[in-house]
Amino acid sequence: MKESKIRGADIVVRALIEEQADLIFGYPGGAIMPVYDALYDYHDQLRHVLTRHEQGAIHAAQGYARVSGKVGVCIATSGPGATNLITGLADAQIDSTPLVCITGQVAAHLLGTDAFQETDVVGISMPGTKWNIQVRRVEDIAPAIAKGFYIAKSGRPGPVLIDITKNAQVDFGEFNYVRCEGFRSYKTQIPVEKSAIQKAAFLINMAKRPYLLFGQGVILGKAEDELKSFLEKSGIPAASTLLGSGALSQDHPNYVGKLGMHGNYAPNLLTNQCDVLIAVGMRFDDRVTGDLKRYAKQAKVIHLELDPSEINKIVKCEVAVIGNSKESLALLTEAVTQKSHPEWMAKFRELEQEENAAVINNDLKPSKVGLTMGEVIHNINQYKADDAVLVTDVGQHQMIAWRYFNYKKTRTQVTSGGLGTMGFALPAALGAQLHDYSRQVICVVGDGGIQMTIQELGTIMQTKAPVKIVLLNNNFLGMVRQWQQMFFDKRYSFTELDNPDFIKIAEAYSIKAQKVTDRGDLQEAIEDMLIHDGPFFLEVVVEKEDNVFPMIATGCSVEEVRLS
Amino acid sequence: MKRYTIFVITENFIGILNRITIIFTRRGINIDALTASESRLPGIHRITIEVTATEDTVIQLVNQIEKIIDVIKAFHHEDESVVYQEIALYKIPVSKLDGGLEKIIRQHNAKIIAAEPEFVVLELTGHKEQTQELLEILKEYGLLEFARSGRVAVAKRMLTIDSFVK
Ligand SMILES: Cc1ncc(C[n+]2csc(CCOP(=O)(O)OP(=O)(O)O)c2C)c(N)n1
Ligand SMILES: [Mg+2]
Repeated sequence: MKESKIRGADIVVRALIEEQADLIFGYPGGAIMPVYDALYDYHDQLRHVLTRHEQGAIHAAQGYARVSGKVGVCIATSGPGATNLITGLADAQIDSTPLVCITGQVAAHLLGTDAFQETDVVGISMPGTKWNIQVRRVEDIAPAIAKGFYIAKSGRPGPVLIDITKNAQVDFGEFNYVRCEGFRSYKTQIPVEKSAIQKAAFLINMAKRPYLLFGQGVILGKAEDELKSFLEKSGIPAASTLLGSGALSQDHPNYVGKLGMHGNYAPNLLTNQCDVLIAVGMRFDDRVTGDLKRYAKQAKVIHLELDPSEINKIVKCEVAVIGNSKESLALLTEAVTQKSHPEWMAKFRELEQEENAAVINNDLKPSKVGLTMGEVIHNINQYKADDAVLVTDVGQHQMIAWRYFNYKKTRTQVTSGGLGTMGFALPAALGAQLHDYSRQVICVVGDGGIQMTIQELGTIMQTKAPVKIVLLNNNFLGMVRQWQQMFFDKRYSFTELDNPDFIKIAEAYSIKAQKVTDRGDLQEAIEDMLIHDGPFFLEVVVEKEDNVFPMIATGCSVEEVRLS
Repeated sequence: MKRYTIFVITENFIGILNRITIIFTRRGINIDALTASESRLPGIHRITIEVTATEDTVIQLVNQIEKIIDVIKAFHHEDESVVYQEIALYKIPVSKLDGGLEKIIRQHNAKIIAAEPEFVVLELTGHKEQTQELLEILKEYGLLEFARSGRVAVAKRMLTIDSFVK
């Protein structure tokens, strides 16, 4: 009898294998040791990567999930191990990234007694998870993991946390795994209403200046092809949010640029001139809308969105098309008439020239001595593969890299959008790279942010993940400094950094490293980096006090987007 | 701003109440009253929340509540479209119990539900306005303790929760 039963810890690992997890990230400790013991037995079926910090583990799982479309998995111990996951959970929650996080917990009989390394992680993580649960009995482990995976990846994806007490991990139980295929309180499939499609198509067919904004919902819904077909039939210009970048190739004739505080000039400005605004899989973040009272007031808004709670949350819409964008875009394509809008499109191209003249040319081909972040990205574009993944941290380098990176393929953009988590890039790039060693993964990071998770260079060393790290060093918390310059009378309060010798640090981790300070060396260094077989650390010393433009300052309207 | 009753039909899952209240606290909205009970169907709970807000806000709250994985359905109603009651208990010193007070008790349809050597406990069921009115009067009679429940309510419509539970 006893033979047919296995330890709870083995159930955890076998459940992960049943869910087709092939790579997980984690960090051990007392309350999760039985699971680590089980991982030892299954290491040929399930690869575990030991990061150097639990925050590194969860960001790596996020990077893995974002490029693969699969559920990212990470494991941590109770107490401090679990609390170190919180930033990543909040990040995955706001950016709709599917994760299953498993934490160890003290034995059930100790719960609530302030036992060693006991923390109420279910309570703490509640606002930052799509769902969470504490499992106290061995027989509840497999059903919780099955439900967790289903919830993480279905509907609007998000992070799930499963807290498993130590007694449940060491007790013996039966293992017959049943994958979850739904349950009554959770509806993931909302059929698209035909009447909404008709109303939307009517508005679109009548429109003189229709305009489409796309977000990550297109990528999550695997609706890239449907978006393209819709745009080609309707002739509508389309702009991308930060997280939507890559859903449509930037070479596409309907693509007009990027939205938001540091997006492109035309896409922001013309938001207030369109007559019909079609928002697909995006949620009108305040970084996109600027002052809401002056946002697209003239336009009839059509919102295609899977999550009903996003409808009318920020921007009131004329027509709500609730459902998966893959289905709704396909239906809408059928319902609209073939058209083109050459004059309207020309307006975007006209303003694009203005932005080129005022900002882009100086950024990409500067005449001044100091290097710009923009020219670094411009050089990367010359040598990168079409499907290269760009992972960025948070700050000026993030905005510049996003602005100038030439996105051609879907799932090539990994950044912390909603939460703006400094320290995200290095571990996320590691996770993205470990999903596929053969793909180019380029991690663009600032001198501030890299020091928040710099310890993950150790994980890169140990896994030999060939991540290309590009440190854009301005010796400042640049984005904050820019705000201080613009809005706080140049009072640079605690934003200048005395930095370590980054090259020595990288070399200490056996990572090939190079520092570029002169324009003449940049191109070759980037070429060398991208052909190097293995991880590479490229530090580029850039202008200390460059600013990111265009910019919509806080409280301003999209039409007040500034070029300088 | 108006008073709304939000009904939540939910699986009986640990922590669900916490997840619901987080949605209110995030927006800094006060819950006026909240009651939770079993429903007619086994394993399914119903939570009744009373809140004062604009309809726009209430709709967003309801949408976000419904998004919680273990919530089956959430709705909101204005006062006119629900039948509701609250129960209030008043503790009064026996010494104050005279003919005048007994008349007030009768007029308000309150009941004496417990009598102890030193005090009596009155009960009144009704809308907040009614229980509040009696409260104001009893303050003059040396009121020792007062407690009022949250609203228990049912909607004025024929739709039953079975249609959401399949
Ligand atoms: C964890 C965290 N702390 C603080 C911030 C606020 N913040 C946003 S950008 C930024 C500066 C980033 O500096 P750096 O990494 O050097 O990038 P740069 O802007 O210079 O390119 C700061 C401090 C944040 N986004 N995340
Ligand atoms: Mg910096």
